[in-house]
Amino acid sequence: MSAAHDDHHHGPAKGISRWLFTTNHKDIGSLYLWFSFAMFLLGGTFAMVIRAELFQPGLQLVDPNFFNQMTTMHGLIMVFGAVMPAFVGLANWMIPMMIGAPDMALPRMNNWSFWILPFAFAMLSATLFMEAGAPNFGWTFYAPLSTTYAPETVTFFIFAVHIMGASSIMGSINIIATILNMRAPGMTLMKMPLFVWTWLITAYLLIAVMPVLAGVVTMMLFDIHFGTSFFNAAGGGDPVLFQHVFWFFGHPEVYIMILPAFGIVSAIIPTFARKRLFGYDSMVYATASIAFLSFIVWAHHMFTVGMPIAGELFFMYATMLIAVPTGVKVFNWVATMFRGSMTFETPMLFAIAFVVLFTMGGFTGLMLAITPADFQYHDTYFVVAHFHYVLVPGAVFSIMAAVYYWLPKWTGYMYDETLGKLHFWLSFIGVNILFFPQHFLGLAGMPRRIPDYALQFADFNWISSVGGFLFGASQLILLVVVIKCVKGGKKATAQVWEGAQGLEWTVDSPAPYHTFATPPDPKLIHAQ
Amino acid sequence: MKSENPRSSTKRLVTKLLFAVVGMFAFGFALVPLYDVICDITGLNGKTSGRYSMAADSEPVPVSEREITVQFMAQNSAGMEWVFGPNEAQVKVHPGEVKVVSYRAKNPNDYVMTGQAIPSVAPNEAAQYLKKLECFCFAEQELQPGEEVNMAIRFFVDENIPEKITKLTLSYSLHDITDYEVAVEGIAAR
Amino acid sequence: MLPKAKLWLGLVVAAFTLFSTNLQAAWELNMTQGVTQISRDTYDLHMQILWWCVAIGVVVFGVMLWSIINHRKSKGAVSATFHESTKVEIIWTVIPFVILILMAIPATRVLTEAYDSSESEIDIQVIGYQWRWEYKYMREDANDEEVSFFSVMSTSREEISNDLPKQEHYLLDVDNPLVIPINKKVRFLVTANDVIHAWWVPAFAVKKDAIPGFINEAWTIVEEPGVYRGQCAELCGLDHGFMPIVVHAVEQEEYEAWYAQKQEAARVTREMANNVVTMDESMANGADIYNRNCVACHQAAGTGLPPAFPALAGSDVVNGDLRANIDLLINGVPGTAMAAYGRQLNPIELAAVVTYIRNSFGNTTGDLVQPADVNTILQEAQ
Repeated sequence: MSAAHDDHHHGPAKGISRWLFTTNHKDIGSLYLWFSFAMFLLGGTFAMVIRAELFQPGLQLVDPNFFNQMTTMHGLIMVFGAVMPAFVGLANWMIPMMIGAPDMALPRMNNWSFWILPFAFAMLSATLFMEAGAPNFGWTFYAPLSTTYAPETVTFFIFAVHIMGASSIMGSINIIATILNMRAPGMTLMKMPLFVWTWLITAYLLIAVMPVLAGVVTMMLFDIHFGTSFFNAAGGGDPVLFQHVFWFFGHPEVYIMILPAFGIVSAIIPTFARKRLFGYDSMVYATASIAFLSFIVWAHHMFTVGMPIAGELFFMYATMLIAVPTGVKVFNWVATMFRGSMTFETPMLFAIAFVVLFTMGGFTGLMLAITPADFQYHDTYFVVAHFHYVLVPGAVFSIMAAVYYWLPKWTGYMYDETLGKLHFWLSFIGVNILFFPQHFLGLAGMPRRIPDYALQFADFNWISSVGGFLFGASQLILLVVVIKCVKGGKKATAQVWEGAQGLEWTVDSPAPYHTFATPPDPKLIHAQ
Repeated sequence: MKSENPRSSTKRLVTKLLFAVVGMFAFGFALVPLYDVICDITGLNGKTSGRYSMAADSEPVPVSEREITVQFMAQNSAGMEWVFGPNEAQVKVHPGEVKVVSYRAKNPNDYVMTGQAIPSVAPNEAAQYLKKLECFCFAEQELQPGEEVNMAIRFFVDENIPEKITKLTLSYSLHDITDYEVAVEGIAAR
Repeated sequence: MLPKAKLWLGLVVAAFTLFSTNLQAAWELNMTQGVTQISRDTYDLHMQILWWCVAIGVVVFGVMLWSIINHRKSKGAVSATFHESTKVEIIWTVIPFVILILMAIPATRVLTEAYDSSESEIDIQVIGYQWRWEYKYMREDANDEEVSFFSVMSTSREEISNDLPKQEHYLLDVDNPLVIPINKKVRFLVTANDVIHAWWVPAFAVKKDAIPGFINEAWTIVEEPGVYRGQCAELCGLDHGFMPIVVHAVEQEEYEAWYAQKQEAARVTREMANNVVTMDESMANGADIYNRNCVACHQAAGTGLPPAFPALAGSDVVNGDLRANIDLLINGVPGTAMAAYGRQLNPIELAAVVTYIRNSFGNTTGDLVQPADVNTILQEAQ
């Protein structure tokens, strides 16, 4: 990220035009990562508003309509603005370096797929300042609340989703083309790092489901403005159809947000255990199985809509099956740690926390798959606790682990380990205080998406809020760590971590602006 | 490792992927009719099929002593002002026996309105065994100001209905589909 | 060090006391066992899966923790070189699969039970509205007096805005609870008027989406008399958090008495509509109805939340033609959130609330509306 190194052909342009017109995968990766961090803080601010309102029973800060806008915007921004772009940013930075390619396959499209994102989110966020208010129908935007009964800003929401979808699709095409066509000689598919593998599969998932999301919002647009009745019972449509189409996108989307995390953790754990990843082949097959299963489980989000029992049973069994490949992954990580020689730098701490807390989210996921029990869990805080466990100490922790892991490679300096550990421990404690009590709230009967609650939920809510504020505030430490690290510090070696394996560790730190203009020596490519 | 020109192979790959994108976009829309077909087969959502047509000479006859209670239910959807309800609360039928029941509807307003009734059956799995020979829900209903009508349903319950179903509920929700740009004078009168 | 620790402990305790708004609030940690066979089965299933997860967690995290403690470089651990074993992979694919089958068997059994809605003795239509529930008891004969009523949250807006102390069943109380007999199979036919809602009573383990245009079935056999509370479980807009469900499960005789009394009340209401009310009665009654039905959108001071929810204070409609005002209340405004209250309130209530809004929030029309007048307008419409 520092503009100093100009060893190869030419260095980056100067000033703002470097960032606006860049086609360099490292620049674009950095743009994605900074953008996603900004969105993380914005979506986090909305979460703070939610937790502040829920701190005590009664309405103190916001009215119910604004509360609904906050839950909706928090979900949309975190999913589409924070987590997905962060993974795309990591893919941009790391995939070419991991497979020995000089850049992404389609550098100009790469620039475009990033630069349309800020417009999408500016449009979405601008609705907060409009008279009709921001979307208030939940990030799942079920019809007819999001069509017939929506605020008029829903049209901005629809176009924002279209742009985000276009960005994701272009990003995925680029990633697939890079992985399939740009690998260095000797880099066979089964020698690729797992991060590359998981991203390849994720990119295919994105190509399969983002167009379906575009389709469903297009249908909404037609229902709202052109008098069609896709989701309107009066004209022969069906609101439940919306949910089927939405979750046909939505469930693979969940795995889009977790598969690259599996790849990151599969890179970090072997490094700090100083031992090869256990069961590389089974990891690849497990990832592919999870991706396949993700297409046939969508209706487990809809067990209470009144499906016939055959449907309920099919989706229950299919969902339970996901536990098998997911279990294989967890067992492989544990087996990698077993009889290793471990050290616990910040990336490893985040990776271990990922394994434990993501697995807990997996357990509640298994509980939610059990249809009759889901009748009690559905749409309660138990579900909120479940998906936050897989997405915050799951996806988000893996992103943080990745940032700490590769930061020395990006900046050329070691980050401040003390601050990093502080960030980890505050995040770890905060996230558990924040989300663990929500299991209890849900089991005791608190529905999700309510601005105010009955008195028996008061205690766990304020505890959860305190955890939320702690977790939220701790994220500013990450900002400090990154800025400090960009500015300077202890010089990083090319290898950075003692146990690190892979092509990205064979280039200098910071990585030169252009890497692998000539393919790396095939002898450097090892089995994973 | 690539023997061919990577640029042209990338081009071909991207073209294929773009086709996949377009295909999946179309698939999203294809889910709409596909869903209707699945609903029709499985009775998902309690959707009943359309008009049941049979050979002209084969009026169904009661085929079994079994007695099934059919309940009638009605509700207006938001904004629909008609008075709407069944004239019979429930009837008992033998499978195969054709029954005629009716709903009444009244337009209380001083302008012409159009309504559309949407049927739904509980339990959902019974939907496919409820065969409607005639139903007001097959067409839009237009009522003059103050007009009141009785609207008939001719139906029978298919003999193949599972043994455990002894009672089924037919519900109509009534929706206002008046074109208000035409009826705007009526609105202004309020 | 010690005084400091004491200080922290004191702070934590103080924080607990300060924020525990309701000291008798149970620290409810787990799912309710409920009062039906299905709810107990569901609870057992939930606990069974939970213990499986705990057991798997203990084994997996145990091995991990043991490795973290013993296989660290600082302890001189040297890493082994093994990195694959097909045998091990097969074992840890097959064992979870077997466990899943053990979980699926009871789950399938409970689900099959929960789906058997046949042989119900009482059928009740449950209709979700923004933001209230309507209950209609199915009759055998269309000539019987129909028992149907709306059930609206009765917690006052002042409690929500923290201007009044919160009562025990804060947000979980309604004006007209649903009443059902115990030990009878009651079937709920769930649907909605506008958007999707979900009817949920945890003690019965019943949660069913209420979908406009479609009906869903659920059923229960309550074994113990009592008051059971639930909430709408599907985001349905502004007041999603404020549409609770209250069910009174009572003995059969008590149920029959209640049902007969409700039928009688329906008859009386029709007749009472011809009574003459005074201004004071009307204003008091009207304020009450306003606070239950109108305040969410039009606000306590009649200021509304423009542009979606217009103000009543100084409104042209409320200060204008009386007949037009009553018509609007009866018929609602199509395409907006203003519902048609002609079907939700009785003539006495309609008259009172019109009197109230036309003489409150600075509106001074002086109009006193009689139930009979409203009844006439309603009759004209029918």
